[in-house]
Amino acid sequence: MQLTNRRKVVSDKKQTVMEQLYLPGLLKGMLITGSHLFKKRATVDYPDEKRPIAPIYRGLHVLKRDDNGAERCTSCGMCAVACPAEAITMESGERKKGEEHLYREEKYAKIYEINMLRCIFCGLCEEACPKEAIFLTDRLVDAEYERDDFIYGKDKLVEKMDQRIDVTKRQTPEVLEFKKIKGLKHNELHDPKKLKDKH
Amino acid sequence: MLVIWSFIIYKAIMCVAVFAVSLAIAAYSTWWERKFAGWLQDRYGPKRAGPFGLFQPLADGGKLFFKEEIIPNVSNKFLFILGPSLVMITALMTGAVIPWGRPLHLNNGDIFALQITDLNIGFLYLLGVVSVGVYGIMIGGWASNNKYALLGAIRASSQMISYEVAMGLAVIALVISSGGSLSLTDIYESQGDGGLANVCWQPLGFIIFFVCALAETNRAPFDLPECEAELVGGYHTEYSSMKLGLFLFAEYINMFISSAIMAGVYFGGYNMPEWFENLYRSHVSLDTFAIIGMACYVTKIFIFISVFMWIRWTIPRFRYDQLMNLGWKILIPLSLLNLALTVGVEFLRGNITI
Ligand code: SF4
Ligand code: SF4
Repeated sequence: MQLTNRRKVVSDKKQTVMEQLYLPGLLKGMLITGSHLFKKRATVDYPDEKRPIAPIYRGLHVLKRDDNGAERCTSCGMCAVACPAEAITMESGERKKGEEHLYREEKYAKIYEINMLRCIFCGLCEEACPKEAIFLTDRLVDAEYERDDFIYGKDKLVEKMDQRIDVTKRQTPEVLEFKKIKGLKHNELHDPKKLKDKH
Repeated sequence: MLVIWSFIIYKAIMCVAVFAVSLAIAAYSTWWERKFAGWLQDRYGPKRAGPFGLFQPLADGGKLFFKEEIIPNVSNKFLFILGPSLVMITALMTGAVIPWGRPLHLNNGDIFALQITDLNIGFLYLLGVVSVGVYGIMIGGWASNNKYALLGAIRASSQMISYEVAMGLAVIALVISSGGSLSLTDIYESQGDGGLANVCWQPLGFIIFFVCALAETNRAPFDLPECEAELVGGYHTEYSSMKLGLFLFAEYINMFISSAIMAGVYFGGYNMPEWFENLYRSHVSLDTFAIIGMACYVTKIFIFISVFMWIRWTIPRFRYDQLMNLGWKILIPLSLLNLALTVGVEFLRGNITI
């Protein structure tokens, strides 16, 4: 198999006089490097200039709230199970009376942490979530000085009501449909075909 | 009495100016080297510190000053400090004999020579001082008490000795063809007033001198003494903080001085080709003319420095045996041949007689 067309077979043949002179070779090399003075730079001047990223880029997670501002997550743990990097930990709590505006479901995540150093941004948590609560966004994880700072808690993950994060590009009807037929246990009830097979 | 005082003051001004300019150019050579290397490699080079990264040398210098200064306790402390000092001192001393331009005429009738001193053996002085520079490297490498540093120092000294021979022979040929004077002013002047630049008479000599200058300044492809792949860091392995900075700085000063010498003795220095000088000579005063000449000289030096860098970022380092072969088996016979040819040509031109 040939991977490149620039392959050269190594040989130890005697150098020609021209090659032994070295100076012509040197000049040739200098012309090659010199020609790069006039070539386009390969560098992306990062903080000033950013590469375009896809609208469904898989970056920093967000825990969505519903339209009333209640957290969607029900602390079912599906995301943590799905996560190949075991980056997610959570602790559940029961919703008290009067907290309906805070949590949509009766059970909620008291603590929800993602270790951004472990996460591989595969998006499986998003795929596993039955409540459409967790999404990956096109934001980047910031650089930090301490390793501990990479463990993002609810304070950083849950979206703020005054700065809502748009995930409509990720949550298209096709995606929802795809999530239904995935054969996940919790999806069985929603899948008419599976339901029929069962009965 | 007054004459002596004004003489001392002029020379002091000149000394300080050459000192400051050498340091400034060395500092900004590091910037230019990184910028130029960046361009050659399709990168930007330093650009975040100040406009175009222009404050980068200041930042680097500041960083070096604030770094921890380590003197290995098995080293000879006196020699350990002497090493980089000697390298720096000799690097700065070389600038003393180079004429930077034609003399300026001051308002009070005095003549202000743009040269610290016009030694009649200027070239010999240069060769001598440059070869003392290698003592600094040797002493530093030896005093570090580290085998890599020692190996680097040995390489530096053997390389210097080998290439100095060829360089000396090239210089002899050059001196013969430019009128027989070792004074740099005389060599520069011999190329002015319609004379051809020495490189026209000494093309082979120039190539030999250039190669030797690369080797003497420890620049790629001859930077074996600091070959990081084999010798960790070479002779400055154990050095840190500003003592390391002195070594690195001295390399850039040496590069600047050798560029100045080559631009001067082979390419006319502050002289330009006659047709070019005629364009403006009659329109400007004598002093302006001198200053334009100086600007031309600086441009030539700049081009040489850039070529040094261009070579560094183009070709890989030589192997040690290749280096020695090139020095002893090729450059020395070539320079002898060049010497013989020069004598023959000069004899035919009638400049020397038996
Ligand atoms: S993106 Fe993948 S690795 Fe990261 S938390 Fe989600 S499932 Fe785990
Ligand atoms: S899968 Fe969804 S609802 Fe379940 S714990 Fe994870 S984010 Fe919450």
